[in-house]
Amino acid sequence: MTPGGKALAEFVAEATEILDALGRDLLALDEARGQEADPEHINGIFRAAHSLKGLSGLFGQERISQLAHAAEDLLDRLRLGRLTLDDGVLDTLVDALDTFQALLGEASRTEEGPELTQRTRDMEDRMARLGSPPPAVEEDPLERLELDATVRAVFTEYEEHRLRENVRRGVALWRVRAAFDLTDFDQGLADLNARLKPVGEVISTLPSSRPGGANGIAFDLIFGAKVAAPSLEAALRGTPAELAPLAVRPPQEGAPGPAFDVPRPPPEDVDAELLPPDTDEEAPDEDAEPPGGSTSLATVPVPPIGSPPRMRAVTPPPTVVGLQAAASAPLPAGRPKTEETSLRSLTQTVRVDIGRLDGLINMVGELLLIKANLQRLAETSRQDGTVALSKLFGQELSRETRQLERKLEALQEGLLEARMVPVGQVFDKLARLVRKIAREAGKEIDFVSSGGEVELDKLIVEELSDPLMHLIRNAIDHGAEGPESRLAAGKPRRAVVRLRAEQKGNHVVISVSDDGSGIDEVRVREVALSRGLVTPSQVSEMTRRELLNLIFLPGFSTRASVSALSGRGVGLDVVKNNLGNLSGIIDVWSERGKGTAFHLTLPVTLAIVRALVVGVSGRTYAVPLNSVLEILSVQPRDIRTVERREVLDLRGQTLPFLRLGRLFHLPEHEVNRHFVIVVGLAQQRLGIAVDELFGQQDIVTKPLGGRLSRVKGISGATDLGNRRTVLVLDVAELLEEGIAQERRRA
Amino acid sequence: MKFKVLIVEDSKVSREHIAATVEAVDGVEAVTTASGFEALKLLPRQRFDLIITDINMPDINGLELINFVKKNPNYRDVPLIIVTTEGREQDRSRGMALGAAGYLVKPFQPEDLEALLRRFLKPL
Repeated sequence: MTPGGKALAEFVAEATEILDALGRDLLALDEARGQEADPEHINGIFRAAHSLKGLSGLFGQERISQLAHAAEDLLDRLRLGRLTLDDGVLDTLVDALDTFQALLGEASRTEEGPELTQRTRDMEDRMARLGSPPPAVEEDPLERLELDATVRAVFTEYEEHRLRENVRRGVALWRVRAAFDLTDFDQGLADLNARLKPVGEVISTLPSSRPGGANGIAFDLIFGAKVAAPSLEAALRGTPAELAPLAVRPPQEGAPGPAFDVPRPPPEDVDAELLPPDTDEEAPDEDAEPPGGSTSLATVPVPPIGSPPRMRAVTPPPTVVGLQAAASAPLPAGRPKTEETSLRSLTQTVRVDIGRLDGLINMVGELLLIKANLQRLAETSRQDGTVALSKLFGQELSRETRQLERKLEALQEGLLEARMVPVGQVFDKLARLVRKIAREAGKEIDFVSSGGEVELDKLIVEELSDPLMHLIRNAIDHGAEGPESRLAAGKPRRAVVRLRAEQKGNHVVISVSDDGSGIDEVRVREVALSRGLVTPSQVSEMTRRELLNLIFLPGFSTRASVSALSGRGVGLDVVKNNLGNLSGIIDVWSERGKGTAFHLTLPVTLAIVRALVVGVSGRTYAVPLNSVLEILSVQPRDIRTVERREVLDLRGQTLPFLRLGRLFHLPEHEVNRHFVIVVGLAQQRLGIAVDELFGQQDIVTKPLGGRLSRVKGISGATDLGNRRTVLVLDVAELLEEGIAQERRRA
Repeated sequence: MKFKVLIVEDSKVSREHIAATVEAVDGVEAVTTASGFEALKLLPRQRFDLIITDINMPDINGLELINFVKKNPNYRDVPLIIVTTEGREQDRSRGMALGAAGYLVKPFQPEDLEALLRRFLKPL
C-alpha cells in the first residue's frame, strides 16, 4: 500500500470507530425521546464530533471537518444548555450521522461527489439554523456555590455548565476526596466512579495538588448527589473516600427561580430519598450545614419512568398520519427519503481480544518446539547415514507428526475465531435505521432484536448488512400496516419487527419477521404469471411454499407490482444473490394477517471449510461438508422417474436427484451403484450423484476469475496439495438448479 | 542527552501526528499517553522537559493536569503546551491562566509546533 493509502485507511478506520461511538450515544438519546436527555450521551456525541473534526482536519478531509465543526457547535450549545434537545434537533443529528457515513464512504474511495458536497452544505446550514431562545437571565447559580475560585479555574466550560445546572436544580453537591497509591489510583478511581454513578453525577475529577503521601496521589471529585447523605455514605463504604458538603446559599431575595423546569428522571428506587437531607438525623457526620437544604426540590416534576427496554418509534408528525398503509406513499415534503447508503463498514480491520492473540502466540511457541524435535530427528537420521532406521525412530517421528497436526488444527481454529465478530455490530446499525424508516413511512414500530452475541466471520457480517437492511425496510414499508389498519384488524396499534440470530450447528440462522399483513400468495401467483415467470401448468402444481418462493425470482419484484400487492420485494432477487455469494440461502414464511418471516441460513465462516472430495467421470470435485447431510449408496433401480424428473425415495420422502456428470456434460458410463451426497440448506434437500468418494480435507476456496466465475454450480477452486487444483461445488446454487429442473420438467 | 516531551492526547491519530512532528526534530524524544491518568502516573517516574496536552479528555481534563503540574514543586518548571481545536477560547484562556506556556490550535502545521519546541527546549 502507498503511504497515502495507508494513511487513508488509518483515517477511515479511526473515523469509523468515532462514528460508531457517536451512533451508540445517538441511539440512546433517540430511545429516550421525550424524556430528559442524559448529559453523558450528549457529551459523548459532542466528544465524538470534536474528535472527528480534529481527525479529519489532520487528514485534509475538508468536507468532514467542516460538517463536524458545525455538529460540534450545535452539540456544544446543547451541552451547555443553550439549546433544547427536541425532535427537530434529534432528527438533524440522525441525518447528520448518515451524511458523515456517506462522506466517509466517498473519502475511502477518494471521491468527492458534488451531490454529497451540496448535501453536506445543506446539513451545515440546517444545524446552524437550529436554535431556541436562550433562557431568561437569572443570577448565575454558580455565584451561590461556595467553591474556591482556584478550583473553578480548572473546570472546562462544560464542567462549569454541569456544575451550574446542578446548583440551579438544588442538587446536593459534595466534594469527595480520596487518596490512592500512585501505582493503581486509576483502578481506585474507577471503583469510586462505579459506586458514585448510580447515585448521582461526577462533575469533575481533580487531582489534588496536596500530595497524598510519598507514593500516593489524592483526588477531589465534585459530585452532585441524587440521594441523601446516608445513602451516599453507604455507597462509598469501604473506599478511602471522605465526604465534604459544598455549601450553596439560597437564591437572592426576589431573584427568579429556575427559568425553566427541566424534569430529570430519578432512578426508580430512590424516590423517597430524592429530597435533600433536611434534618439532623440524616445529616452527614460533618458539622457543616446540609448542602442544598435551602433549595426545595418539591417542584421538580417526576416524569413517568420505567420505559420499556425495547425501542419505540416516535409518533409520526401529523403530515404523515393517514399515509401509513400505502407502500407507495409519497414522503412528506422537506424530508428527503433515506438514501439507502450501505451500512457496510468501510474498514477491513477486525478488533481481536488480546487473550485470543495470546493463545495464538502460545500455539506458535508449541509449534516451534515440535519443529525443534523434528529437526533433531532429521539430524539423527542424517548422522546414521545408510543404517536402517529403527522402529523406535519411526514411532517418534509419527508422534511428532501427530502433535504437529493437532497444533496446526488448534492454530487454524484460533485464527478462524479471531475473524469472528458478533452480529450485534450490524444489529445496532440496523436499529438506528428502523426508527428512521418507521418515521418516514408513518408506521409505529417496535423493533426487537436478539442474538446479537452470535458470532460470524467478519466478512459475512459485513456482507449481511445490506441484505438485512433491504429486508427490514421491506418489513416496515410493506409488511407492517399503519396504526389505523392494525386497530381495524383487531391487532395492537404498534407493529413488531423482529431481528433474531441463532446458532444452529455449523450454521447461523438470522430471521427478519414482522406481525403485519402477510404475503398474499394469490397475488404472487398472478404477478408471476403476468410477468411470464411461470406457466399456468407450473403454478397449478405448486405448494403454497413454492408459490411464496416465487418472490425471489429475478423480474418478479418491481415497485409497482409490490405496492399493488401490499407485498414485498425491493429487489428480493438481489438479496437472494447476495446471500448466495455467502453460501447462504433465504427462505420465506408468511401467513395472511399474521405476518411474514425471512430466514437466512449462513455458514459460520467462509475462510476454511472441511470438504468432501468426490470423483465424477474421472474428474475431482470438492463439496463443502457443512452442507452435506448424509451419503447414500444407491442402486440404479432405486432411482425413479416422476413426471420426467429423477427422484430418490429417502425414508418415505421424495428427494430430488441430480447427476453431477450430466449437469457438467461429462461422458457418462454405466455404473452398478451411485454414491449420493444428500445436501441441504434450511428446508431444501437435494441428492447429488457421484461416482467416487475420496475423503475429507480442509480447503480454502479461491474465487475463479473472469468468465469462469459465472459457471453455474461452481463456487471456486481449491488446491488439494500435490499441486492438484479442483473445483468446489456451490451447494446453494445446485439446490437452486435441482429445484429449477423440477420446475422446467414439470 | 535528548529532550523528552510528554504528549497527552486521547485521539490516537492526533497523538501520533504530534509525536511524529516532535520526533522529527533532532534531539527530541516523544513519550505518548492517551489519558490524564496515565500522565499522572508517568510524571513521578520520568523527567520531562515539556508536556503537550489536549484539553478535552475522558478522565481528567487538560486544565486539571496543568494545575496539578504547576502546583507540584517537582514539576512546576516543566513548560506545558495546550492543544485545542478552534472555538474553545475559554478553555484555552483558562489553561494559559493556570500557567500553560503556549497553545496550538488543531489542525496545526508542523512548523508551528516545531517553533514552540525550539522556544521551550533550549538550547535546541
